[in-house]
Amino acid sequence: MSMRTPLSRARGLGSARTGTEHWWLQRVTAIANLPLVLFMIGFVVAHLGATRAELAASVHHPIVAILLAAAFLSVLWHMRLGMQVIIEDYVHTPALKLAALLFNTFFTLLLGVAALYAIITMALGT
Amino acid sequence: MSETKPAARPLSPHLQIYRPMLTMMMSILHRITGAALYAGILLLIWWLVAAARSDTAFDTAQAFFGHWFGRIVLFGFSWALIHHALGGLRHLLWDTGRGFDLKTVEWLARANLIGAIALTILLWVIGYGVMP
Repeated sequence: MSMRTPLSRARGLGSARTGTEHWWLQRVTAIANLPLVLFMIGFVVAHLGATRAELAASVHHPIVAILLAAAFLSVLWHMRLGMQVIIEDYVHTPALKLAALLFNTFFTLLLGVAALYAIITMALGT
Repeated sequence: MSETKPAARPLSPHLQIYRPMLTMMMSILHRITGAALYAGILLLIWWLVAAARSDTAFDTAQAFFGHWFGRIVLFGFSWALIHHALGGLRHLLWDTGRGFDLKTVEWLARANLIGAIALTILLWVIGYGVMP
């Protein structure tokens, strides 16, 4: 039985004051995703059945490498924001929620590094 | 001393109370496709990392994407991507304060659903067309 009043228990548990920024960044990345993902789809379709050398030669072009990298960064950022909302909506056990939020951040960051590794390797390769 | 036990207040009606409606299903589907894409992007990154790594790794990835099972996964991935993108366009329209009347909302839901399937099929027709 807590001796604290309901008001004192609720204090400090309110908004973290980052809601608007989160919402806005979700929109900014969504808008960026539209042309970038379109480029990505075009890139994949253009390389269906391509050999490894042909694929690497395409990514060797700076515009392709930069647009691909930008696409992954924007998409992964958007993914992280979206999954964060899903976790916050459904996971209510504090420890599990923290673990899921951490996993979300690490997973998307790791994928971003992996994608950049692949793009840079092919972009700088001979 | 004030009351510390939470009052037994009535809960607001939840999912099981409502009749399933198209707009509600589309909202859920937008979230489901988003979550599916979260995993689906692994395919794309696998493909690029394999291409950057070695012939063996690339051949393994290509073999998966060439297999009927891989094709089905890719088909689902491409549909989820297009569906989520069109759903995103709806949300961006709503963010401008437009398209909230019932007729428009219904129409947008249908356009999203049918448009995504049509564009996915079109994409795959193009894909099979350009593939050597």
